[in-house]
Amino acid sequence: MTLWIFQRLLQAALVALAMAALLFLALQLIGSPVETLLPAEATHEERLRLIRDLGLDQPLHIQFLMFLKGMVQGNLGVSYVFKEPAVALILSRLPATLELALFAVLLSLIIGLPLGLIAGRRPHSLTAQTIMTGSILGFSLPIFWVGILLIMIFSVWLGWLPSSGRGQTVMVLGVGWSFLTWDGLRHLILPAFSLSLFNISMVTRLTESGVREAMSSEYVKFARAKGLAPRRILTVHVLKNVMIPVVTVVGLDIGTTIAFSVVTETIFAWPGMGKIIIDSIAALDRPVIVAYLMLVVLMFVLINLVVDILYRLLDPRIRLQGE
Amino acid sequence: MTAPMLEIRNLRTEFATDAGRVTVIDEVSFTLNRGQVLGLVGESGSGKSVTGFSIMGLIDPPGQVSGGQILFKGEDLRTLPEPRMRALRGNRIAMIFQDPAMTLNPVLRIDTQMIETILAHEKVSKTVARDRARDALGMVGIPSPEERLRAYPHQFSGGMRQRVAIAIALLHRPDLIIADEPTTALDVTIQAQILAVVQRLARDHGTGLIWITHDLSVIAGLADRVAVMYAGRIVEHGDVDTVIRTPRHPYTHGLIGSLPSRNPRGQHLKQITGTTPAIAALPQGCAFRPRCARATEACLAAPPVTQTEGRLLRCFHPVTEGEAA
Repeated sequence: MTLWIFQRLLQAALVALAMAALLFLALQLIGSPVETLLPAEATHEERLRLIRDLGLDQPLHIQFLMFLKGMVQGNLGVSYVFKEPAVALILSRLPATLELALFAVLLSLIIGLPLGLIAGRRPHSLTAQTIMTGSILGFSLPIFWVGILLIMIFSVWLGWLPSSGRGQTVMVLGVGWSFLTWDGLRHLILPAFSLSLFNISMVTRLTESGVREAMSSEYVKFARAKGLAPRRILTVHVLKNVMIPVVTVVGLDIGTTIAFSVVTETIFAWPGMGKIIIDSIAALDRPVIVAYLMLVVLMFVLINLVVDILYRLLDPRIRLQGE
Repeated sequence: MTAPMLEIRNLRTEFATDAGRVTVIDEVSFTLNRGQVLGLVGESGSGKSVTGFSIMGLIDPPGQVSGGQILFKGEDLRTLPEPRMRALRGNRIAMIFQDPAMTLNPVLRIDTQMIETILAHEKVSKTVARDRARDALGMVGIPSPEERLRAYPHQFSGGMRQRVAIAIALLHRPDLIIADEPTTALDVTIQAQILAVVQRLARDHGTGLIWITHDLSVIAGLADRVAVMYAGRIVEHGDVDTVIRTPRHPYTHGLIGSLPSRNPRGQHLKQITGTTPAIAALPQGCAFRPRCARATEACLAAPPVTQTEGRLLRCFHPVTEGEAA
């Protein structure tokens, strides 16, 4: 297991390196940041100094090595707009996005799994068909529209839930968290739900098809022949098998959810990474964009690793020999 | 004379399909006493597995047991409410399935799958249940059962998995075990071992056994009585020696005649021409008629059951003793 984790870490490092190279090339295509940085009335000397300071006078491969060196040291430059180190800026917004994304994933499991179990157990019932039809809506409705609709219903008409911001936060480990206060939790519900709608549908459908397959399997028939109660069959025999694909897909989706919380954060004015990346793209704030992208890459790689490990815990068949 | 442990009377099971209700088994009747072994023989689709699942009460919609009685120790299982039926399943009546690779849950350890079976029917501590599970594994000949309890199904070979399934079936010393082709998916050597294990255990515990198979040679060495099924009906039913030595129904006769051991070396194997009819489109009268060399006009009517010398037969033109087998 240790050796296997080490190998996976090595793979992860290679993926990160490849992504860094791609990112560096993409940056060359955007063009020089010099024009954005210099005031219009700058002299030729000022321009040359800036180019030297940024290292843009060096050959490309040296620039790439400097870029890598900065990345390893956690130094990706200073934001042109905020005048703060870009990595620190992104990291300061990370908890808000993580909170939103993880809460959304949690919601998708809390809602999606039971719905899928109900639908899969009696696939021809009216309840099951309603759930399955509803899940198509969850797949196909655009997030921004759902978000606006939710704000209209629950904030404007009913006035039950706030429509923007994080509300009151509590400092834990030097970071502010919303979900620990009642007010913060109320702020979290609408954005998290609209972000999780797609995942709820996906988990529901995955669970449903998994349950249907498992229910007609020989091992479930054998479990029934053993005289087990239906409840135990569903929650132990079926659920544990169904969890394998669900964990894989949901795990991989945490990364996507974080990356695509951009839209939700914009609609609900949630002060996370997604909001800052949109602002930074508008302002061509290169260091921040780079920091954000590299962070997302690292997160994807790490989440993949965790999913692989979880997968092994769930499915004994893919554990290595001799463990 | 006491009532038999199991008595099936005119069992009928139907499946609802798009083309209407299809009768998969009909007029199935037999009895089984404690310690007796009944071989249920037939081709694929003859309804032998459906008979087994009907007794277990495990026919799922669109299927339905729609007629007859299943008297188990004098009580009709068809009238039992599901919770009471569930209390019998795995406890008094156990079942062994065909493919050992599919019957054990791949993601649960063997101890989990055994202990839950005990706890489903008895209030004992987990430690006691675990000890009993270990003993059951030892009884079916699994080496170092204590360690093997902690293993997952994929860590066992096919034969060992079937032994585990048999151990699970034996946990509560059932009165009846229904074995649905339990050796079909196994090597011949493993087959013989499994047969020996089951035969010994059934004899020691006085367990009644219904052994479903398409393999007549297995039945010859194992069963006391044999019932041959064709297209959902029992066509011949009697003592295993009598039926195999002197088959009377043309179908049984053909089955036995087609065994390789009955055919002279170097000649083409004898076979029954044609194929099993689709259960939804059975021929009128005797279902075997289109494949039968002895069929006449009379066979357009359903043949009645006749009883001679303890043998039940469903044929107008049975093979007589004098004819060559």
